Amino acid sequence: MSVRIVYFAWVRERIGKGSDEIELPAQVKTVGDLIAHLSTLGEEYEAAFQVPGVIRAALDEEHADHDEAIGGAREIALFPPMTGG
Amino acid sequence: MEADRGKSGTQAAPVTVRIQAQDFDIATEIAALTGGRADIGAVVSFTGLCRDEGGRLSTLELEHYPGMAERAIRAIAQLAAERFSLLGITAIHRHGPIPPGGNIVLVVASAPHRQAAFDGASFLMDYLKTDAPFWKKEHLKDGGAGEWVSAKDADDKAKAKWHRKG
Repeated sequence: MSVRIVYFAWVRERIGKGSDEIELPAQVKTVGDLIAHLSTLGEEYEAAFQVPGVIRAALDEEHADHDEAIGGAREIALFPPMTGG
Repeated sequence: MEADRGKSGTQAAPVTVRIQAQDFDIATEIAALTGGRADIGAVVSFTGLCRDEGGRLSTLELEHYPGMAERAIRAIAQLAAERFSLLGITAIHRHGPIPPGGNIVLVVASAPHRQAAFDGASFLMDYLKTDAPFWKKEHLKDGGAGEWVSAKDADDKAKAKWHRKG
């Protein structure tokens, strides 16, 4: 299954791009699995996801915890804690 | 026909959310919420401004997740409207470069009485801080690439206090 992954703020800067289109390996079931998988894709990903616990995620624009199943989500967002307002 | 006329309590409160690069006008937004009705007894507005950080800041850059930014704030505004029985609520959040002294965010809440209006505006801001997908980057006058602002524990605590109030 191919999904679009979008990155924001320093996650985006460390990876060096705003989005990826990737095929999810079968063993990637949850948001946490995805972060662990991305960390293996190269130094820049490793740098972005060095401290996985701080990364926030959204599945199709809805906040999601790390243990949440990706299911049929079409767009997954990964970003640092939010600092708006 | 009766129902069409009514800005009565049974009608859903108008919830307006805008994510925009351009500035906003506070008086215009308050008038939009209160104009043409006489059931409102209180309007509270909150404006978040860009601090100059002791004169060091050149520009504050606000990155956002288009789509989700509006969706997230709308969900919070809806929640605030229901929880505090507001008569209306407006939230506007800017993105892009903001100069020191510039407006960043506006919340306007209207209700029959003041406490609900204060609470509605405060609740929306506390949730927006931790749940709306915006990120601030500070560009300082002495150059450099800029620094991402860190999230504050105090913001999580401010949001958590609404959990206890039931």
